[in-house]
Amino acid sequence: MVNTLVEPGAVIDGFTIGECVHRGGMAELWSVTWPDSDTPMLMKVPKVSEGEDPAAIVGFEMEQMIMPRLSGPHVPACFGAGDFARQPYVVMEQIPGETLYQRLRELPISYEEARAIVGKIATALADLHTQNVIHHDIKPSSIMFRPSGEAVLIDFGLSHHNQLPDLLQEEFRLPYGTAPYMAPERLLGVRDDPRSDLFSLGVLLYFFTTGVRPFGESETLRGMRRRLWRDPYPPLKLKADYPPWLQEVVLRCLEIEPVWRYPTASQLAFELAHPDQVKLTARSERRDRDPLSTVLRRRFNRELTQPKPKAELAAQLASCPIVAVALDTAEGADELNEALRVTAGRILATLPSARLACLNVLKLSRVSIDKTLDEQGNNKHIDRMVSLRHWASPLKLDDNRLTVHVLEAMDPAAAILEFAAVNHVDHIVIGARRNSLARTLLGSVSAKVATEAACSVTVVRPPRLAAVPELAGTGKGPDKES
Amino acid sequence: MVDAEEIVLLAIFTDIHANRQAFSACLDFARARGAQRMIFLGDYVGYGADPEWTVETVMDLVNDGAVAVRGNHDNAISTPSESMNAEAQAAIEWTRGRLSAAQRRFLSELPMTLQEDDRLYVHSEASSPGRWRYVQSTADAARSIVASDAQITLCGHIHLPSLYSMSAAAKMTSFVPAPGVPVPLLGGRRWLAVLGSVGQPRDRNPAAAFAMLDTETREITYCRVPYDVDAAAQRIRDNGLPLWLADRLMVGR
Repeated sequence: MVNTLVEPGAVIDGFTIGECVHRGGMAELWSVTWPDSDTPMLMKVPKVSEGEDPAAIVGFEMEQMIMPRLSGPHVPACFGAGDFARQPYVVMEQIPGETLYQRLRELPISYEEARAIVGKIATALADLHTQNVIHHDIKPSSIMFRPSGEAVLIDFGLSHHNQLPDLLQEEFRLPYGTAPYMAPERLLGVRDDPRSDLFSLGVLLYFFTTGVRPFGESETLRGMRRRLWRDPYPPLKLKADYPPWLQEVVLRCLEIEPVWRYPTASQLAFELAHPDQVKLTARSERRDRDPLSTVLRRRFNRELTQPKPKAELAAQLASCPIVAVALDTAEGADELNEALRVTAGRILATLPSARLACLNVLKLSRVSIDKTLDEQGNNKHIDRMVSLRHWASPLKLDDNRLTVHVLEAMDPAAAILEFAAVNHVDHIVIGARRNSLARTLLGSVSAKVATEAACSVTVVRPPRLAAVPELAGTGKGPDKES
Repeated sequence: MVDAEEIVLLAIFTDIHANRQAFSACLDFARARGAQRMIFLGDYVGYGADPEWTVETVMDLVNDGAVAVRGNHDNAISTPSESMNAEAQAAIEWTRGRLSAAQRRFLSELPMTLQEDDRLYVHSEASSPGRWRYVQSTADAARSIVASDAQITLCGHIHLPSLYSMSAAAKMTSFVPAPGVPVPLLGGRRWLAVLGSVGQPRDRNPAAAFAMLDTETREITYCRVPYDVDAAAQRIRDNGLPLWLADRLMVGR
C-alpha cells in the first residue's frame, strides 16, 4: 500500500488536501479544508508502504478507533476517519503553536512555571482517564497548549481504551513507547493502569525542573528494566534549592509501585494547585537514592514486581474521589458540624484513596474595608484554618488525604462552586442550616450549591430531635397532654 | 419488509435454548433499537422448557427474511448419536417428543454455515463446523478466521462473549466487549465475534446476551437484556427437566 490518493488539491471524502506540513517516522500530516469551515484541520496519514514499521499501522488503527470517541478541550477535535479499505486517514483539529518539545533547549525552567505546566497536563490527563483512555506516551512532544491555556494531548497511537480492543496487546514482544518516560509496570506488559501516565508525567516534571532525565536515555530493554528496582537521584541532590514540596510530588509520581503514586491525575492536579498544602514525607528530604540493600531486595523479590490483578478503569477512578466539605465555623454550628463529620467519615471510610478538602468561606463585607485582623489582633484566616483542622482531627485522616482552605468571598455559594470546578471536586458535602435568620434573608447556600454544582452534592442536616409540630392551629401535637 | 438495500442494522442471536422469556426480551430490545434483520446462529432448543414456541418463532422470522444456521442441539434432535452430557441429553430426549414433524424437519434442514456479503454465520467455528469445537483462545479464533475469506465471522456455542481480531500480519487480539458500547470492526483486520447466549448465559451475568451489528458504520454492540429468569426457571422445573438447568439460569453459569 502506498499513499497515492493524498496529494495537494486532491479531495478525499470531501476534505480538500493542502500542503504536507510534517513528515514523521510513522505518519505524514497534511493541512486540509472542508467546504464552509474555517477550522484549521490536519489529515494524519500513516506510512504503510512495504517495510514500514508495523507499529505505524497498529498505532494508526488505535487512533482511528479512539480519536472519534474523545471530546473536550484536552484533545484535538476529530472530523473524520478513513479505513485501510481505501485510504487510511484521520482528520483532526489543528492546534496552533508548538509542542512542549520546543522548550527542551530552555531546561531547566523555573519551579513555578513547571508547576503550572504540569498542573495543566495533569488536568488534561484526568479528563482523558475519565473518557476511559490511558495515553501511554506522555512526553513533551505529545503535549500542546490552546491559546486559552488548556493542555491538549495528541498522538493516541499507543493508547489503551478500556472499552475497545487493545490492538497492541500481542503485537510486539517488547513494550512499545518512549523509553525515558515509560513506567516500570509497562515493562511487565501492564497496559491498563492509568497511573502509568502519572509516572511519565513525573519524568517530565523531573526533567523540566532539573534539566536531567531521571532514568537517562537508555533505549535497551536492559537499561529500561533498571527502573524496576533502581530509583532516580532525588532532585535535591542535583539542585540544592529544590523545593521540598516539589520533590515530594516528583518522587511520588516516580514511585516504582503504581499504588504508591497519586491514585488519580485529579489528585495530582489538586496537589500542584495547592503546593503550600502538600504533605511532606521522608520523600521531600531525601538527598540520595535508596541504599543498595533496598535495591537488591526489589530486584530479587519478585513479589514486588508482579503485576497486580486489574481493576476496571472507571471503578478505579471512582474509588479515589476528591471530596469537599463546606463548614460553618460560626458559633452555634456545632451540631451541624458534627453531622457533617459523621457523613464525611462514612464516605472516607469506604474509599481509602479519597481525599478531603475542608472549606470555609470568610465572608467579605460589601461596604466596609475588611481587615485581616480581628478586634483582638488575631489573623482571621489562620484562625479559620486552625478550626478546620480541629474539625477534621477526629476523622484521623492521613495528612496527605486532607487539606484545608479558607476562601474569601462575598458570595459563599459562588466561592464553593468555583473551588469545586477549579479543583475537579467529585463530591461536595454541605450542611443546611435550620431556622436561620441569615438563610431567610439571603437564601440558602446549600440550595444554590446543590442546584448549580457540576458534581454530586450531599446536603446534611443535624439529627432530627423531637419534632416541633406546628401547634398553633389545631392545638394537637404528639407531646401535648390532653 | 425492508428493502434489502436499506438493511444496515442486524440483530444476531445464538444459543436461545428454548428460553422463551429471554428470547422475547431480546427480540423486543432489538426491535426497539431499530433492528432490521434477524440472524440466528443455532441451538434453538435444549435445556429450556419452551422449544415449540421458540422454533415456531424462529420459523416465522425466517419466513420473513431472517437467516438461521444449525447448532449441535438442533442437530441432536435428528441425530441421537451426538455426544452430550447427561443433562443436555435428558433435555434433548424431552424436546424431541415436544416438537412437531415440521419443526424437526426445519431444524434438520438448516445449513451449517451461511455467508452474506463479507460476513460468515456459523454456530461453533468455521474451520470444521460439524465438529462443534469451542473458541476458547486466540489460537482457536485464528484457526476459524483463516478457514474462510469472510472479514467478519459471527458464532456462538461457548456461551461466553468475546471478540477476536487478526491483523494483516496475522497477529491476534482478544477482548471482552462491555455491554452497550459499540466497537468498530476496523477494515484493516479480520474479526471473529463470539456472542454470549440468549437463553443460558454462562459468564456469571444472568442477563440474556445478543449483539447488534451496524453494517454501515461496521460497529458491533454486545447487548445484555434483563428478563424474567424466575419464570424461565419455573418452566424448567414444572416440566420435570433436570433442576440444575433451572438453577444455573439464576447465577448465569
